[in-house]
Amino acid sequence: MTLIESILDAAKKRGVQQAEVLRVASEETPVVFEANRLKEINSRHSSGSALRVIVDGRIGFASSTKPGDVEGLVEAAVETAPFGPEAKFDFPGQVKAPAVALYDEALAERSVDEMVKDGQKLIDGIRDANSEFICEAHVRRSVSNMTIADSNGGSYSYESTTYSAFVSGTLIRGTDMLFVGDGEATCKDDLDLNLIEGSVRQQIEYAKTNAATRTAEMPVIFTANGVGGALAMPLMLAFSGRNVYQGQSPLADALGEAKYDARLSINDDATLAYRPASRPVDDEGVASRRTVLVEGGVVKNFLYDLQGAGLAGANSTASASRSLTTQPTVSASCLVIEPGDVSFDEMVRGVKEGLVVEEMIGAGQGNVMGGDFSGNVLLGYKIENGEIVGRVKDTIVAGNVHTALGDLEGIGKDRRWVGGSLLTPPMMVAKLTVSAGS
Amino acid sequence: MAELVSRDEVESALSGHKADYVEVRLDDTSSNRIVYRGQELEEIGRTRSFGGNARALVDGGWGFVSFNEPTGLRERVAEAVEQARHVGGEGSRLAALDPVVDTVPLHLGKDPRKITLARKKEIMDRYNEIMLSVPGVTSTNIVYRDEHKQTVFASSEGSYIEQGRIDVVSRLAATARKNGDMQQSSMSLGSLGDFTYIEQMDEAAKEMGEKAVELLAAPYAKAGTYPVVLDPILAGVFCHEAFGHLSESDFVYENDRMKEIMVLGSEFGQKHLNIVDGAAVPGLRGSFKYDDEGVPATKTDLIRDGVLVGRLHSRETAGKMVEPLSGNARALDYRFPPIVRMTNTYIEPADTPFEEIIADVKEGVYAKNWYGGQTSMEMFTFSAGEAYMIRNGKVAEPVRPVKLTGNLFTTLKNIDAIGDDLDFNQGGGCGKGGQMPLPVSNGSPHIRIQDCVVGDR
Repeated sequence: MTLIESILDAAKKRGVQQAEVLRVASEETPVVFEANRLKEINSRHSSGSALRVIVDGRIGFASSTKPGDVEGLVEAAVETAPFGPEAKFDFPGQVKAPAVALYDEALAERSVDEMVKDGQKLIDGIRDANSEFICEAHVRRSVSNMTIADSNGGSYSYESTTYSAFVSGTLIRGTDMLFVGDGEATCKDDLDLNLIEGSVRQQIEYAKTNAATRTAEMPVIFTANGVGGALAMPLMLAFSGRNVYQGQSPLADALGEAKYDARLSINDDATLAYRPASRPVDDEGVASRRTVLVEGGVVKNFLYDLQGAGLAGANSTASASRSLTTQPTVSASCLVIEPGDVSFDEMVRGVKEGLVVEEMIGAGQGNVMGGDFSGNVLLGYKIENGEIVGRVKDTIVAGNVHTALGDLEGIGKDRRWVGGSLLTPPMMVAKLTVSAGS
Repeated sequence: MAELVSRDEVESALSGHKADYVEVRLDDTSSNRIVYRGQELEEIGRTRSFGGNARALVDGGWGFVSFNEPTGLRERVAEAVEQARHVGGEGSRLAALDPVVDTVPLHLGKDPRKITLARKKEIMDRYNEIMLSVPGVTSTNIVYRDEHKQTVFASSEGSYIEQGRIDVVSRLAATARKNGDMQQSSMSLGSLGDFTYIEQMDEAAKEMGEKAVELLAAPYAKAGTYPVVLDPILAGVFCHEAFGHLSESDFVYENDRMKEIMVLGSEFGQKHLNIVDGAAVPGLRGSFKYDDEGVPATKTDLIRDGVLVGRLHSRETAGKMVEPLSGNARALDYRFPPIVRMTNTYIEPADTPFEEIIADVKEGVYAKNWYGGQTSMEMFTFSAGEAYMIRNGKVAEPVRPVKLTGNLFTTLKNIDAIGDDLDFNQGGGCGKGGQMPLPVSNGSPHIRIQDCVVGDR
């Protein structure tokens, strides 16, 4: 009997009605650069199991990374069940899942030396642009196996390889600090280092001088990184079916409503090949698919996990995500924003006075559930008379994502992946509140 | 872990490697988690986290291996040594440390392990009911978590330390929604080993509900630059984000420019400003006896009489900067190597009562409680949970929670009043290098800062 089978068997013997086991095993190799040179080579060998049981109609949960601890795991899960929520679903059993390519032999065999070369190349690229930068880089390769099985006959297992590289540089002049950086992640041996390097060099170029801002409302262009850092999270919270059901989402009554700019279309797609956020089944074993969230500005669908769907009288959209130690929550997989028709340069040229936001800090703190975003512009540029004139400091940009996406001046035509899971163009909001320090 | 790996096995796994330094860490952690969302109990669960790591230093390069299977410990250490050797480097430098052999008992108040799951759920049910029964509250979110972690630390220098820690944290949030507008009010409470605080949140739950509803009627503050008075809780977060991270020597030790900025003896604030950090302050969320490199905890003066006098170190940063050890090397758990982290960080009280601090403000903002904070060294930002305008020396109308940002160097100097009422925020978790949430506490008395940039949300 495999470990998973023995867990399901032990649970059955304890009289549970249904049970589901998630098992994750992975080998990760992070390579770390600090102060422009190689600092650490790490390996993480990890494995563990998580068990959900339904006992007398209620859900219990336990997870463990203690090897071979079947009895302990079952005991803990069964013990929590009487206090758990009422289950509004059955575990899915056998599903017909799409074939999603996530494993690349070449990546699995990528050597540490090659990883070191990649990291050093990224750092050298920044220092070539300006040798005063002090750089860090993180290059990581991982190979994982995910298996999910339930007592209703479901059993699905898949392997994936992931490769990511992030570089950042710090430039300090007196007490003036500039941080630049970028990175990407992929499941195939196709990581585009030139794209990363090009992006960081562009940041360095734009940030050559400091520019003044003032407190006012003005147009703001979010680069792809800016969209990812500032807008994606408050937006996605609103599309969670759980939050909609609870009345916590600002979109709770907006299904079918033309809430956003008519040029905006967004979908969630877990079937895209070789993307780290793709998977053939979600973390509850439900078959992956593409779900349209916004079409021509109209809110079309929300995202659901099994329990959320059961509560709301909807269907799971295969949006359950979790780590080994947590229970499933609703999360987007690959989030795809359809391109528009204007280039970044054209957007900039059309602005008399405005900002470009590349990165914010503190954006995810505050009334995020309501869609508010507000942060200090860590890296952003002033536009004056159609040109980028330098970087801004001590500047806060604030707004509400639902209002902002209904007030778009333009959607970019060139897209890129951000953080491995968001495909987005830059987007220009007609006006946002900008607060500047004196 | 002792049941699976004996002390003899650990010590023999560490010996005889060709490395400048090796260490092994073993963790055994049990935790409980309860989550509510609105009327629904969303989840209840138990987690057992079991694993270890080996870390090696060879000629200035580090290797690190983490694992769940405790067998073959010696091979894991060898793997870490091999990786470290592969890195190569410019020579190892670790601050000297006397080896320690010790078993540290748990710091315990009311032991959460002795409280049944039924009782914990009953308490959270009660808080949820209290919040939901405030008219106008449309939803809630409660997260409760307790954790018992037992750690073994052993090094090639002869240290062998067993330490345990119980952490309890609870966050209550109430949401009020009206006509498509939404506001939330929340608070977090944490403690080192004491469930008592968790049982005393009835008042707080009611307040969260009432505040969320109040906020619906409150206007946004007008964005701009103001004198700002921070309550002890928010000032604690400010201290952590604005200055605490800058004190972490791993941001400084390999960066000559940062060293020029952070010269000991430089003036960072006015004479009344004193900031300390230390795990040796007992009984707080960030307290412990030894850090994750076996270094005894201390209480470190960071700013004394406005002058920079100290920083926070790991053995490597202390060794390279030739400064005293401070006991600030911490890892979230066995999956990560220790890095320089804060513990309990606070602004020491002075003697200006709150009424006097407010009295001098013609138009300003009184900000309290916290949503979060973030720093980029030079610029920091933090989010208030509550805010009020100050007009003509008095606390006036509530406004929607504001975001504050500033330049660290000017802002510390702009603290022109420090209160006498020190209090601690123990509900937060710090994030750095992907290791979050790390239990910390931060504190302060009321403080007033001139020329703070205020965003309207």
